[in-house]
Amino acid sequence: MLLNQFLFLAAILFCVGVYGVLARRNGVMVLMSVELILNAVNINLVAFGAYHSSLDQGLDVSGQVFALFVIAIAAAEVGVGLALILLLYRNSRSIDVDDIDLMKG
Amino acid sequence: MKPVSMMAELMVAENIAFYVIAAVMVFAAVRVVTTKNIVHAALYLVLVLAGVAGQYILLAAEFVAVTQVLVYIGAIVVLFLFGIMLTRAPTGDLDDSNREQRVVGATIAALLLGVMGYTLWKAYRDGHFGVMQVQTTSNVATSIFSSYLIPFEVISVVLLAALIGAIVIARRD
Repeated sequence: MLLNQFLFLAAILFCVGVYGVLARRNGVMVLMSVELILNAVNINLVAFGAYHSSLDQGLDVSGQVFALFVIAIAAAEVGVGLALILLLYRNSRSIDVDDIDLMKG
Repeated sequence: MKPVSMMAELMVAENIAFYVIAAVMVFAAVRVVTTKNIVHAALYLVLVLAGVAGQYILLAAEFVAVTQVLVYIGAIVVLFLFGIMLTRAPTGDLDDSNREQRVVGATIAALLLGVMGYTLWKAYRDGHFGVMQVQTTSNVATSIFSSYLIPFEVISVVLLAALIGAIVIARRD
């Protein structure tokens, strides 16, 4: 297998996620797109880790450990993000991220 | 059968598995960001996340694959479905992106993909995997609890802080 296969897949997922963050206005959809981006990064981390340990013939699991940390942070991010969206919905009856312009100058 | 040809056949099988899973993932990811039905978007997200777990198995990272299924599909997607339910988003058609936003988003994403693709192609054109080393759970555990002990403890504190923060933010008072 080529390392580039995984890197290109991750790049495509990342760009699809960026498109979702930019084009969608529903707050929950934006969070889902952020999840796509985080998963793309995780594929990169695990692929580079596997690449290096397959070349050096030694075990190096740092890539996997980093991916686990990213998964933990993603879980925390979704929890807080959805709580914020819930609060937003309760206060303004809308989760359209374009409507949040209270602090616009 | 000679070991060399066995290795070659294994690599062909790996490649086929990779491309099948990758095609499903890219299709599902595009559907996540383009579908008008937000519940369908969450279900397509499950497909993408399961595909990522499959890619981890191809990369011989079994523990991360299992964690991916447990944390993402088991917890985060359920959290998303609760979020959709509690915000009473329209479960039917949702028109939340106008044409201008779509064009700008697609342009930026395509530019980004072009730059990243060119750079990756230039930098790792001949990056072949050697013999894949199976990284067992005990290797990961040893690494976490020796080299990465302090980051691991910090992550626990971050999770606790996020938990309390989410409760405080979402509480009705």
